[in-house]
Amino acid sequence: MNVVVCLKQVPGITEVKIDPETNTLIREGIKNIVNPFDTYALEEGVRIKERYGGKVTTVTMGPPQAEEVLREAISLGADEAILFSDSAFAGADTLATAYTLATAINKIQEYDLIICGRQTVDGDTGQVGPELAEMLGIPFVAYVSKVEEIESDHMRIQRMVEDGHEAIETLLPAVITVVKEINVPRLPSLRGLAKAKSAAIPTWTAIELGVDENTVGLPGSATKVIKVFFPQRVHRGEILQGELGSQVESLLDNLREIKVI
Amino acid sequence: MEYFLTEQQKTIKALAKRIAEERILPVRAELDEKEEFPWAIMKDLADADMFRVFIPEKYDGLDGGCLELCLVVEELSRACSGVAISYAATALGCSSLLEYGSEEQKQKYLPDIASGKRLAAFALTESTAGSDAGAIKTTANREGEGYVLNGTKQFITNGGEAEIYTIIALTNPERGTRGASAFLVEKDTPGFSFGKKEKKMGIRTSSTRELVFRNCLIPEENLIGKEGMGFIIMLKIFDRSRPGIGAQAVGLAQGALEAAVDYARQRIQFGHPIYSLQAVQHMLADMAIQVEAARALVYAVARTIDSGAKNFSEEAAMAKVFASDTAMKVTTDAVQIFGGVGYMCDYPMEKMMRDAKITQIYEGTNQVLRNAIASELRKRKGIRE
Ligand SMILES: Cc1cc2nc3c(=O)[nH]c(=O)nc-3n(C[C@H](O)[C@H](O)[C@H](O)COP(=O)(O)OP(=O)(O)OC[C@H]3O[C@@H](n4cnc5c(N)ncnc54)[C@H](O)[C@@H]3O)c2cc1C
Repeated sequence: MNVVVCLKQVPGITEVKIDPETNTLIREGIKNIVNPFDTYALEEGVRIKERYGGKVTTVTMGPPQAEEVLREAISLGADEAILFSDSAFAGADTLATAYTLATAINKIQEYDLIICGRQTVDGDTGQVGPELAEMLGIPFVAYVSKVEEIESDHMRIQRMVEDGHEAIETLLPAVITVVKEINVPRLPSLRGLAKAKSAAIPTWTAIELGVDENTVGLPGSATKVIKVFFPQRVHRGEILQGELGSQVESLLDNLREIKVI
Repeated sequence: MEYFLTEQQKTIKALAKRIAEERILPVRAELDEKEEFPWAIMKDLADADMFRVFIPEKYDGLDGGCLELCLVVEELSRACSGVAISYAATALGCSSLLEYGSEEQKQKYLPDIASGKRLAAFALTESTAGSDAGAIKTTANREGEGYVLNGTKQFITNGGEAEIYTIIALTNPERGTRGASAFLVEKDTPGFSFGKKEKKMGIRTSSTRELVFRNCLIPEENLIGKEGMGFIIMLKIFDRSRPGIGAQAVGLAQGALEAAVDYARQRIQFGHPIYSLQAVQHMLADMAIQVEAARALVYAVARTIDSGAKNFSEEAAMAKVFASDTAMKVTTDAVQIFGGVGYMCDYPMEKMMRDAKITQIYEGTNQVLRNAIASELRKRKGIRE
């Protein structure tokens, strides 16, 4: 089983503070971390490798410092890591990100399973996993909470749905996104930390991937972020008091006043 | 304080601390209350390579020494002393093997210990032989190709949980302490069973149990070193392990000090935090002085040992005595600073105080170790070169 785990470096949200003047994130002194949901993806990948053999390759698209999360992944049991980094990738939305990942994973060739976290804590869309599967033309299952059994060309898994679990059998290779209920991620090991320190992590740029610059980064994005803002605090609702009849009266008055009726 | 730790030592310490905070702290009260062996944490420690720390690289270890072991024990003990000793007992249990074992014995056992697959224990004490270790009665009689063990060991840390035991037994009872030998005995050897599991004042998550040998036949290749070397081996490995008990005590005292400072800053009486009272400040200052002095001594002795020094018996005893007396004093004072709350089981202070007491008792009581220090002192006329 060759597993590819997609990771993203995100700002450590537990430490995020908002500047009350400007309503923006205070980024100074904030440590970057592995997107918390991705740690479950990595752990599951490593467990699958331990159960069935093979290797775990972790990948991330990001700025040069995103290499940190790949080193961390190696300390947690990943065998190999590749960074996709190029100024051309900057400003990518989920579509351009998924396209870059799909092109790179096609280049990796040997993969039986691709695991992503259910969503990131900064972008929060949960779109990259399914888009990736679509672009690779392979099956996709979201919110996986258990990998039951893997056979040569298919696997049995469970996914969380609103009121329970669904048992699903899917062909391999496939893309899955996992929820935090799937496992308890391990802590790093001393040998892993030593390995992480010295591991060679190749960087693949747009040239290595052979992608057209108009298909990645900002130019390759279908959506543009125009503005990031905090929603205004809306007024709390008014609770009408008194007799039922007078409540109905004042409700009608209120509705007329704001010209709803 | 700058202790000039190497990068590797800092990494070991930081990871041990993370394990302590993420995996031990949340469960320590429950483990103490239920007197349950911390298997899940042993698994975490194994996965994190903590059992490799004190094993040579040749046997899948990370080539650390006494100081590396002390750093781990200290950090674990800061959260729970009972977990710390359950870990350290494996180091003690395999130290005779490390120092005196044959190449075959090391190949056979050390890799499994390094990976954390098998825990170890060391058994000397018997009902008639505590401080007076020479009074042991367990025998190992030569029979054919092996030895037959008979006798009962008591108060053995990791008893029942460990799979590899170092046992001190008499191969020649007439020769007294010179007739003792050290053996490796594996769990599940016919004739080897476990007796009473002790209920204890402190370190309650650790297992303390009787080992019972009834015509237990072990192969002759399980003899460590030579016949008659049992006591020398025991004395030498205790010299190496005592800084580890010192580290257990330092970690415990550090944990208590931190909690006490934190509480003193928050607890308001007479309109101010009790930290503003000089009586409290001086107590805390004294606690801090003692903890730092104990840590410095423990690290210095551990480094002496790791440097390959030949004789460090006296220093090792000093580190153990000073640090354990410190832990007892500091945890007692920490309870005092917490006042009535410190006495309640809802807070960890009373557990820390209960846990501290054992450090003054095992691996040589502090009285017995003071005897040993005084006797060395007499030899060197008190002079320090
Ligand atoms: C929780 C726990 C875990 C243990 N784990 C292990 C283990 O893993 N392996 C193992 O082999 N043993 C173990 N022990 C045993 C421990 O090492 C002994 O309890 C210790 O050495 C003291 O022996 P004793 O209990 O027989 O006390 P005793 O020797 O009976 O001592 C009683 C008192 O007399 C004092 N005393 C005795 N002789 C002298 C002297 N010559 N000079 C001055 N004072 C003296 C002692 O200091 C003490 O205050 C453990 C004990 C406990 C409680």
